[in-house]
Amino acid sequence: MNGTELGLWAIPLAILGGAIRVSTPFLFVSLGEVLTERSGRINLGLEGTLVFGAMSGYAIACVTGLPWAGVLAAAGAGSLFGLVHGLVCSLPRVNDIAVGISLMLLGTGLAYFFGKPFIQPVAPDLPALELGWWSDLPQVQAALRVNVLFPVGILAALLLWWMFRATRIGLLVRVVGDSTDAARAMGLRPAFIRTLATAAGGAFAGVGGAYLSLFYPGSWNEGISSGQGLMAVALVIFARWNPIACLGAALLFGGAGALGPALQSVGIPDGYYLFYAMPYVMTLGVLIATSSPGRAMAGAPGELSISK
Amino acid sequence: MTLTGPTRRRVLKTGAAFAGALGTLSATSFAAGQDGPTVGFIYVGPKDDFGYNQAHAEGAAAVKAMAGVTVVEEENVAETVDVQKSMESMINFDGAALLFPTSFGYFDPHIIKVAPGHPEVRFQHAAGLWQEGVHPSNVGSYFGYIGLGQYLNGMVAGHMTRSGKLGFVAAKPIPQVLQNINSFLLGAREVNPAVTCQVIFTGEWSLAVKEAEATNALADAGCDVITCHVDGPKVVMETAAGRDCFVCGYHANQAPLAPEKYLTGAEWNWPGVYTRMVRTVIDGGTIPNFDRGGLAEGYIKMSPLGPAVTDAARARFEATKAEMTKGGFAAYRGPLMDNTGKRILGPNEVFVETDIALESMNYLVEGVIGATS
Repeated sequence: MNGTELGLWAIPLAILGGAIRVSTPFLFVSLGEVLTERSGRINLGLEGTLVFGAMSGYAIACVTGLPWAGVLAAAGAGSLFGLVHGLVCSLPRVNDIAVGISLMLLGTGLAYFFGKPFIQPVAPDLPALELGWWSDLPQVQAALRVNVLFPVGILAALLLWWMFRATRIGLLVRVVGDSTDAARAMGLRPAFIRTLATAAGGAFAGVGGAYLSLFYPGSWNEGISSGQGLMAVALVIFARWNPIACLGAALLFGGAGALGPALQSVGIPDGYYLFYAMPYVMTLGVLIATSSPGRAMAGAPGELSISK
Repeated sequence: MTLTGPTRRRVLKTGAAFAGALGTLSATSFAAGQDGPTVGFIYVGPKDDFGYNQAHAEGAAAVKAMAGVTVVEEENVAETVDVQKSMESMINFDGAALLFPTSFGYFDPHIIKVAPGHPEVRFQHAAGLWQEGVHPSNVGSYFGYIGLGQYLNGMVAGHMTRSGKLGFVAAKPIPQVLQNINSFLLGAREVNPAVTCQVIFTGEWSLAVKEAEATNALADAGCDVITCHVDGPKVVMETAAGRDCFVCGYHANQAPLAPEKYLTGAEWNWPGVYTRMVRTVIDGGTIPNFDRGGLAEGYIKMSPLGPAVTDAARARFEATKAEMTKGGFAAYRGPLMDNTGKRILGPNEVFVETDIALESMNYLVEGVIGATS
């Protein structure tokens, strides 16, 4: 043997590595959704935006040879989807959830259609930061091979948190999200602000998709997203509309997802279907543990159609 | 109150007449435009997935090149009532006489539900599920001994591994997958009896992120040659090569994805099989309901050996491949235990490639680290 046996230490390491690798798309999509929902709208279409972002990012990176151009394209495409959602929902008597679902189907459908020629070509990957340089163990080096988008996501979470808390823009979004009447009385244009917030949220989701196709797993095909976009929308409720909590929820979800393969790789193979359900069981558990009849939906924006 | 506009009855009548006219139109145009049969192919995923579906689509492309034959294809068809609709529409609108619904889950209940209503159409399904007297006689099963390809993969892997640990990313613990895992290990043990094989099941045929996680977990566990049995091996190949592991392919040739790290691969040879079946139909013959083959019958083939393969591995690979090409190869030779200590084969017993016992495999042999449930 080659002296790199880790035994049971492989499990926490795999959870750490998995948390970093798998969480980034969850993080970006949920940050986008926090921004949208804080303004008083729900965009369920982010799954479609994620898949379209993955496709457009991969396609542009393929054509130009520049992965960052792909990320920009994904953000642009994502904001376009967000803009469509925002504009349609600004019309009277339009249900944002129904529009979201149709945009989700449209996004995946368009991505499959335009993505056909890009399944076979190989696009350049996004660069990674080798944060494991201090260790001799290849496992540690691999686990700490962090994509640049991950710290960018952490930074974005902090910035969003600060924005909601301490800036004028954050306050505008929150007012619009909490009470349309109050916002109107202040002379704000709720529909306009919500549309911008949804477009910005879409851009986040697009970048999350670009991470999938340009870094991990790092290829475009029609099965690239296994529902990350939908789960991320649920994570927002889990995180109580708080960007910092989104970061925690995304890391938790990523780490729990790595548990199944990690346990099998150290020779604990029994019940892997159960371990694969772990992230969902944990979500359910935390939701039950943190819920209470007194303060249900604490932190939910007042204008959200699910809390009205 | 009387309605002067379009009544419900009138709309229905016009619609029916229109549909009737369309029907005659398409029937005549097909009768006039072709002399050979129309053949339909249905895939569960995209047909350029570097994997299962691509292997079948390459077969369809070869059929399309035959003179007089028309090919209709549909991809991304779920293993639900969707495939029944696809089959019905290929029969009724395209006039297909021969159908290849290629995914495992299309068979029961979908093919066996549609087939009795179309006795003139032949349904060919890729797996060993057809049974005499149980299933309709216009349905056929065909499958190749791809486990032998994994045995050859394992042989090269056994030569090339430095850690003595191989990795296998598997979808579900069904007999075909278990047979591939076991064959991979047995091939490796043929050249290096100390080798073990770590298996990770992802639980689904196509889950990109989980396949990448499984590959990383195998690399973390010290595996340095990795292969897989999932629908699209692209993610496994790229991730494993990125972790500096050698890879063995499956389903189709994945060498372009990891040119330096690709050793060889177990591939389906559907172009040969499908053109032969279509030729049989054109000549008025009948395809056997139950058709099997390995290297000898041209059902499977191996990818060309990669640049990293050593001369010793190459010699061993070529010799065993030549032996397999004669037919009747036995990859499973006693004494053989499963990895829970149960006896599979006694000292002088063997399973040759045609042995039906191989198709109900529900164990992992000794040396495989993993469990079937």
